[in-house]
Amino acid sequence: MDKFTTLTGIAAPMPLVNIDTDMIIPKQFLKTIQRSGLGKNLFDEMRYDRKGNEIPDFVLNQPAYRDAEIIVAGDNFGCGSSREHAPWALKDFGIKCVISTSFADIFFNNCFKNGILPVVLPAEAVNYLMDDAAKGANARLTVNLEEQTVTASDGQSFPFEVDAFKKHCLMNGLDDIGLSLEKVSAIDTYEERAKTQFPWL
Amino acid sequence: MTAPKTLYDKIWDAHVVDQADDGTCLLYIDRHLVHEVTSPQAFEGLRMANRKVRAPEKTIAVPDHNVPTTLGRENPDQMPEESRIQVAALDKNAKDFGIHYYPVTDVRQGIVHIVGPEQGWTLPGMTVVCGDSHTATHGAFGSLAHGIGTSEVEHVLATQTLIQKKSKNMKVEITGKLKPGVTAKDITLAVIGATGTAGGTGYVIEYCGEAIRDLSMEGRMTVCNMAIEGGARAGLIAPDEKTFEYVKGRPHAPKGAAFEAALSYWKTLFTDEGAHFDKVVTLKGEEIEPVVTWGTSPEDVLPISALVPAASDFTGGKVGAAQRSLDYMGLTPGMKLTDVKIDAVFIGSCTNGRIEDLRAAAAVLKGRKIADGVRCMVVPGSGLVRAQAEEEGLAQIFTDAGAEWRMAGCSMCLAMNPDQLAEEERCASTSNRNFEGRQGYKGRTHLMSPAMAAAAAVTGHLTDVRELTTETV
Repeated sequence: MDKFTTLTGIAAPMPLVNIDTDMIIPKQFLKTIQRSGLGKNLFDEMRYDRKGNEIPDFVLNQPAYRDAEIIVAGDNFGCGSSREHAPWALKDFGIKCVISTSFADIFFNNCFKNGILPVVLPAEAVNYLMDDAAKGANARLTVNLEEQTVTASDGQSFPFEVDAFKKHCLMNGLDDIGLSLEKVSAIDTYEERAKTQFPWL
Repeated sequence: MTAPKTLYDKIWDAHVVDQADDGTCLLYIDRHLVHEVTSPQAFEGLRMANRKVRAPEKTIAVPDHNVPTTLGRENPDQMPEESRIQVAALDKNAKDFGIHYYPVTDVRQGIVHIVGPEQGWTLPGMTVVCGDSHTATHGAFGSLAHGIGTSEVEHVLATQTLIQKKSKNMKVEITGKLKPGVTAKDITLAVIGATGTAGGTGYVIEYCGEAIRDLSMEGRMTVCNMAIEGGARAGLIAPDEKTFEYVKGRPHAPKGAAFEAALSYWKTLFTDEGAHFDKVVTLKGEEIEPVVTWGTSPEDVLPISALVPAASDFTGGKVGAAQRSLDYMGLTPGMKLTDVKIDAVFIGSCTNGRIEDLRAAAAVLKGRKIADGVRCMVVPGSGLVRAQAEEEGLAQIFTDAGAEWRMAGCSMCLAMNPDQLAEEERCASTSNRNFEGRQGYKGRTHLMSPAMAAAAAVTGHLTDVRELTTETV
């Protein structure tokens, strides 16, 4: 997995609440058996018309935001389906960080497995960063995972909380499965105990 | 004496393999359900790392999302190329890794969350995961069940565990009795309407109260199924005699002495008196009306007697979202919901594709015809539900009414297969999500119970089912 340490980049403002995973990557793109290549279909139905032409108003189609690496979004980003295709599509497009007041649980976890940092901030901070992002490509945000801060283009800084284990994995690009397999003897012990305790399983 | 525990606390504690100082746990997984859409990359990951499935006997796979629901679908030519490749990948992965499998040709095939309980894979007190958010369904048995992403699918395949931190406890109590015509679907939608789609974020919900106890197992599955739409990691209902009765005798449920041993454990699975809940929501069962959604979020719930709201009825970020929903749905504020005309009806899904759901819809459709210009699709949740509905004469009622009687699968709930809405087509749907484009590009979804969907099919507009007489079927 790619490491995440610090990032300075263009932030795209998406003030809509409840941006769901069907919006992030519609179901017709879930038929792939690959993880890569979904970036071109990120936000497909908001981004393109039926003929496949770009909808100029959509934020990621605007010249200032085509190279965005951060999204500042309304409440409850990533709600709905568990599809990991959503963070795969964000990542493939080049988004490495999403900032919102809240995230849906499964999407939030899926981000960390893919080197994407979801940052939860209070509404005032999100609004401030949303306004900053709306200034366009000249306004770049800096996200520092080590120090747990997001800094706006004017230097205004906002601290954020992140789970210590998830931070460790993200900063070091660690593979969860490898870590868990180091505990295989604990899994063996649990299974032995369960055979006696829950023999019907 | 130990501190009183919630049901969630008890199941969690029984599955902790390892706990780090910061509270991060390795949690053991008793059942892993797999379908074709969210698993190919996980199996590929195993292959690349030269890993195997740790507990193939605890892993059950069935194709459901992509499969066509038309007769003759076992012919691969009926599937678009990409879908065919995905289903073929599951066929191969199930065989290569030696996991239980119900292929599309098996009468037991169906929606993974209907097949699991039906086959007795789902038991009280278990941990159940699947790469699908509606895994919450299995919480109806008092099992801790939730959706996971594909990386976590791979993690469970390789280790039979998940890395988790414990969620907080939330109680949703539905007191008293439901009025006639009000169903489990109305309960679960009413709860989301009250708490919002993020109201459960960070929590595991335990549903309780007289109205929940009064529900059948199938109704309880409908309630827990949509816990995810309220943002919760999982929804739970404490097991009781109805649960034990439902489980007993199913193909993969314990038998004889093993069943008795299991039963004595299952009877300890309840929330202790005085256990702490971090959040409590209470609704009065008798105040819940038959509801429908008007917008593009499952929280956009109103009683069928209500009027379409205006964006100005909301505050904060919801003002813009409501306006966007009204525009998308093509609705005018102030119009009666019962005046909203529909083009299509979808009866099915892991929320409402079980036999009782089909009976409820058939009770309304019996002796009636689908309204002119409306197409109605009835999709049973599994091959066995389909067989039972045919045996009970329900299929005949559907076809006599002019509905399409289909094969089992997810179908138009997420429209990955050819069952889709056309642009601006409006659907009365028993599924679980009314998101933009969910049932087809620019399609418009109103969520409701099977009886309400059947009523809309008959009248051609959103309808209070209580205004139509029904007879038991």
